Amino acid sequence: MPISLDNNMMRQIIMDHYSNPINKHQPKDDGFAKVHMHSDNCIDDLDIFLKVNNDVVVDACFDGVACTISTASTDIMCDLLKGKTKNEALYMIEQYHHMMHEENFDADVLEEAIVFINTSKQAARIRCATIGWNAADNILKEKK
Amino acid sequence: MYDIKNIRSLFPMLKNKKMQGKNLVFLDNASTTFKPQSVIDAVVNYYSNETSNSHRGDYDLCYNMDVKINDVRNNVANFVKCNPNEVVFTSGDTMSLNTIAYGYGLKFLKPGDEIILTEAEHASNMLPWFKVAKITGAKIVYIELDENLKITVENFKKVISKNTKIVSIAHIGNILGYINPIEEIAAICHSFGAILVLDGAQSVPHIETNFKKWDVDFLTFSGHKMCGPTGIGCLIGKYELLIKMDSFITGGGMNVTFDKNGHVEELLPPAKFEAGTLDLAGISGLNEAINLLTSIGMDEISKHDKELHDYAVKKLENNPNIIIYNKDTDTGILTFNVKGVFPQDEATLLNSKGIAVRSGQHCAKAFTKLCENNATVRMSTYLYTSIEDIDAFVDALINGGDILDAYFA
Repeated sequence: MPISLDNNMMRQIIMDHYSNPINKHQPKDDGFAKVHMHSDNCIDDLDIFLKVNNDVVVDACFDGVACTISTASTDIMCDLLKGKTKNEALYMIEQYHHMMHEENFDADVLEEAIVFINTSKQAARIRCATIGWNAADNILKEKK
Repeated sequence: MYDIKNIRSLFPMLKNKKMQGKNLVFLDNASTTFKPQSVIDAVVNYYSNETSNSHRGDYDLCYNMDVKINDVRNNVANFVKCNPNEVVFTSGDTMSLNTIAYGYGLKFLKPGDEIILTEAEHASNMLPWFKVAKITGAKIVYIELDENLKITVENFKKVISKNTKIVSIAHIGNILGYINPIEEIAAICHSFGAILVLDGAQSVPHIETNFKKWDVDFLTFSGHKMCGPTGIGCLIGKYELLIKMDSFITGGGMNVTFDKNGHVEELLPPAKFEAGTLDLAGISGLNEAINLLTSIGMDEISKHDKELHDYAVKKLENNPNIIIYNKDTDTGILTFNVKGVFPQDEATLLNSKGIAVRSGQHCAKAFTKLCENNATVRMSTYLYTSIEDIDAFVDALINGGDILDAYFA
């Protein structure tokens, strides 16, 4: 669990996922569920794609226009979702939301997503840090 | 001599306010503006000492309220240079534009008629026309903006025709802040038998307005962008047009009589458009906002806005990382991007330094010619903005550091 990440490492992780978001692309095959999300207070305008087989998220990607925080947070989320069962994924998303709102959260399941722990310092950007996560939550709950 | 120190002392929001632990620098005045103590006191005084409804009582409080509304109507009329009976109180610019679109447009537009707009209009001056065009079968036509994204008389002449019935444009655009050549446009409109609706949301607070001299047909604006309260604004209309058009919102206070068969006799304008209880506290506050603007002088305010804009341009134009889209604007709006930085990320960085700006598409989502993603950062001044505010803004832009400092500094 990378809770010991220092600030510089966390910044580097965010910038890496923003500069080179490996999950930012259209789905490469069929069977994806899609949710479109846009923000009221940012230009974020994203499609999130999840492929769920036998209760397991087998693939995740996203595409669209997004700021640093929304791009990096969604890219990291896609990495973390892959291979998780729906219940594991929903639990992780719930813990991420707790972190956003400075509530107690289970850091163990958030892995690299812990880099967004300071988002509440810029409260206007919580929406950006959660836009992809809310989309995934919608898809998973729809499919539950 | 523009006494900025004295002006700033009138505004509680400018007294030791902090944002992110830093001194607040408010540069989002095209969005809304701070209120002087006189406006706040007027609003509070309505609730503390003057509360009553208008037109509805036989007692002194109510009579005094009617007198006051009349006084404020006169004050607005003097301020924008129209007749008092041409001043309709609304909830703001958006309601004013909807009232025109539904009250005039819906009544008079026929299939094949044309409404002229620009692609740079705010949502409030586009969406009501989209709806009315859809209902009536009228067509929306856009004035092509020139290479500097300005409205020119030449380009306007290219689209106006005998089919044009309504032209609706902002006097000052909310993205680039250019002042449009409204008198010439009005004259051309009338030569084709069309009417001109002027969205004054960004102009009435910042430059001298002359409804009569400009010969526009309708003018709309909001109180909150000119140091007044939220929830109050005005629709100014030539009296004969206010008579001709339909009411939009109906109910108490706008009719002479009605019966159960649906026969309604409406009051004359402006009451015809003022159904329901007006925002009486807002009207009281708007009065004081106009008094403040008048006491400073609209020409002085415009000059101040332009000086601050030009000062910011001078400080930033040689910086290779900053792209300014409106260096030659005559108002206090500066729209820009920082190379390689998403506008919302830049605005967040400025927030972390206590500086309030707007980022995004500024409610003009059809305006796609400016830059990639159609998104920018906008800094906008007002009568209380100081040189020190601009210095803080420029310093944060140039020496502000990495956008992630906002989260990790």
